[in-house]
Amino acid sequence: MSYPTAQKQELIIEAGRTERQYWRDLWRYRELFYFLAWRDILVRYKQTVIGVAWALIRPFLTMVVFSVVFGKLAKLPSEGVPYPILVFSAMLPWQFFANSLAECSTSLISNSNLISKVYFPRLIVPTSAIVVAFVDFMFSGIILLGLIAWYNFVPSWRVVTLPLFIGIAFAASMGVGLWLASLNVKYRDFRYIVPFIVQFGLYISPVGFSSSIVPEEWRLVYSLNPMVGVIDGFRWAILGSESRLYWPGFILSLGLVGLLFFSGIWYFRRTERTFADVI
Amino acid sequence: MFDTVIRVENLGKKYVIAHQRNERYATLRDSLIKTTRNILKPHQRPKSRISSSTHEEFWALKDVSFEVRQGDRVGIIGRNGAGKSTLLKILSRITEPTKGRIQIKGRIASLLEVGTGFHPELTGRENIFLNGAILGMSKVEIKRKFDEIVAFAEIEKFLDTPVKRYSSGMYVRLAFSVAAHLEPEILIVDEVLAVGDAQFQKKCLGKMESVGREGRTILFVSHNMSVVEQLCSKAVLLQQGELRANGSALDILKLYMSESSSFKKSMQELRSFSEMHQMGLACPVIQLKENAGQLDLEASIIVESMHPQGGVGVAITISTQYGSRIASIGPRLHRKMLPPFKGKQAYSFHFPAIDQVLAGGDYLVSFALLRPKVDRIAFLEYAGEFHLPAKIIYPNGVPCSYEDFGTVVLRPQIQIEAI
Repeated sequence: MSYPTAQKQELIIEAGRTERQYWRDLWRYRELFYFLAWRDILVRYKQTVIGVAWALIRPFLTMVVFSVVFGKLAKLPSEGVPYPILVFSAMLPWQFFANSLAECSTSLISNSNLISKVYFPRLIVPTSAIVVAFVDFMFSGIILLGLIAWYNFVPSWRVVTLPLFIGIAFAASMGVGLWLASLNVKYRDFRYIVPFIVQFGLYISPVGFSSSIVPEEWRLVYSLNPMVGVIDGFRWAILGSESRLYWPGFILSLGLVGLLFFSGIWYFRRTERTFADVI
Repeated sequence: MFDTVIRVENLGKKYVIAHQRNERYATLRDSLIKTTRNILKPHQRPKSRISSSTHEEFWALKDVSFEVRQGDRVGIIGRNGAGKSTLLKILSRITEPTKGRIQIKGRIASLLEVGTGFHPELTGRENIFLNGAILGMSKVEIKRKFDEIVAFAEIEKFLDTPVKRYSSGMYVRLAFSVAAHLEPEILIVDEVLAVGDAQFQKKCLGKMESVGREGRTILFVSHNMSVVEQLCSKAVLLQQGELRANGSALDILKLYMSESSSFKKSMQELRSFSEMHQMGLACPVIQLKENAGQLDLEASIIVESMHPQGGVGVAITISTQYGSRIASIGPRLHRKMLPPFKGKQAYSFHFPAIDQVLAGGDYLVSFALLRPKVDRIAFLEYAGEFHLPAKIIYPNGVPCSYEDFGTVVLRPQIQIEAI
């Protein structure tokens, strides 16, 4: 069998040449996104008794604890909605962000055998880690639906804008995740930094409370945390008219998310070519 | 049919080796300290110059150029550290070259390791899909070839068992089977045949040969010269990162073997001594002696010991100049152990009428000093050579050399009967 030359794709390998073929390859390898994510999801709950239920139990219990501590004991304002719904509408994007960071930052290391032995656009690895976190996010979404039904809460028209805010959460996770993933290849210190960021971030982000309790003059500074914008956006969309969006802060957060996202891709692309040599 | 599918021009790859560190990766602390120190004390140049001198540049590949044409089966050979793996890694785009360029026409797939990306928790079936996708197959393609892959790997019964419960043989068979069904136009293979049982190895070789016959191009790295000889039509010889030679497989193998065998040096100077055991081998002598019209092979070597010790024996290996082993006779077979001694002992092998057993050609001889079932103390690879003239053995009157008729001389009795 002989292959006609005309049909053949031509590939040129040169120092610093990868850019042009990269985005085309990303499309060619699109099925790998799915397969890697599918692998991680399959593997995660193998040999567990209750399986996927773990994805529900963890956020649910955290929500219960937060509602009791911040709502019942500290008696923080709830923007006129049941406190569990207030907490859970923030818990959703926060858990997504935290899981993404954890999975993303170690994704390259735990796939180092792939990276040093096979070619594919490396961007697929951290991205599919985020896809895995997104699947968990969809699962926990079920709890929110349950809460809405339980409290007979009717969301307003704004709930249709939710996909937009999910997109922002995606970009924020991706941006920070890419930075951490590529730094982790060279500096394993980030293995210890990430759990710290996640733990710390839960308290400095408005998860257990509404960001309206932050004094007015500090709100802009508070919005330097990009998750503040994401969480406020989620609450604005889900809780309806009861929740007001602090626009300057939201725009600042949005800008930061954009910056993180693009710089993350830039840094990842820049360090990617040496991954196989240093990992 | 004969167009160039891979053109490598002036390829170079540089690595920077850090000497002072043992860890594979830098720690953040080190980088921070270095940066801070440079900011705080910019005048302290001399010191930082010293620390930068511990970084050494190392060219794993220098100025390598060659071409591969469609349908060629190219063996890439060379000693350890010659740059073979680096070349494959660049060709398969895992790492970038520092200099030069490569032009590749056609779909390329590389197999640097068997079972890359297999996940132990997943079942055989799941791993076929995962591994296929990692190697660049589409889901539709994998589905189409699924039955074929399973049949080739002979694992039908265990398809839904997690691969962590597989035997290592099953694991390797499944992994190779997925890779073998990749059907790329150019296949890059690194020593994957060193695994699996003999029967499966044969099957793999057969598969690769048939891939080659279909007009596809194979690049193959191996240390096993007889496999290269059997499989490849062309060869590329690398030496310390540079291209040494490039041409037909047999010529290059001959060159490689003659250069790597140590008899370029004076044989009398050859010595392999183990400091740990305080024992070694020295001064191999290989001679052919004529005896009643036939040739006897005398191979002898001196065993040295600093302390009185025994229980060791010498193994001798005869191979063709392409590195295929013909015979290996060690102390476990011949049971001639040295008594405890200090100083030197001569150890010799006598092969009567060797020209009646082996066909004409050049042969290489290696020696090893062994403590049976324990360890190899010293090794003199290709310590010497001998040449047997091509003799007329069979009635057709053609002199037999092993390149044409194989190494072993057999004289079958042939009968023809009407039935």
